[in-house]
Amino acid sequence: MAQNESEIRYLTPVSVEVKKKKYCRFKKNRIKYIDYKDPEFLKKFLNEQGKILPRRITGTSLKYQRKVAQAIKRARHIALLPYVTDMLK
Amino acid sequence: MLNQYETVFIATPVLSDTQMKEAVKKFKKIITDNTGEIVHEENWGLRKLAYPIQKKSTGFYYLIEFKAEGSLINKLETEYRRDERIIRFLTFKMDKYAIEYSERKRKKEQNQKTVEE
Repeated sequence: MAQNESEIRYLTPVSVEVKKKKYCRFKKNRIKYIDYKDPEFLKKFLNEQGKILPRRITGTSLKYQRKVAQAIKRARHIALLPYVTDMLK
Repeated sequence: MLNQYETVFIATPVLSDTQMKEAVKKFKKIITDNTGEIVHEENWGLRKLAYPIQKKSTGFYYLIEFKAEGSLINKLETEYRRDERIIRFLTFKMDKYAIEYSERKRKKEQNQKTVEE
């Protein structure tokens, strides 16, 4: 057994990617309402330029992604979040 | 049928404290005069804006939660538009989850206050 294992050698160690399953934080924590008056929370869904992050990155379900987007847009309107910026985080 | 609404407005930072109170009183009066019922209000004070509005970088924020008929909103918003002191406003119709959320938040704040006292 030990010999067999030593026969296969890699130049670079094989990185074993353990994919962490993404989940919707609203479904998990049973959050029904997303507050537009809390810019610090909404910043989790923005990139450095202040753009809304896609679902494939945040893992949010479609239902809540729509609500997040709506809340962010409201926060932008009352100047709690910027429309365009650099180095938000 | 009464709906619950929430309105936030930003007044210009050039106002004095008494002028600000006057503006708040005016809009509260508009709500109560048109069969609205104020549930909650919050003064956020002078805050920095995320981007300049009318070349101003700060503003007085004020939030009012109220129950009213839908026809009131039109009147309230025309008043906002006519008033030079208001630089931005947002009216939001609360669904049941939003109402629940704000009630819970208020309770939490009350509890904190009693603990502090």
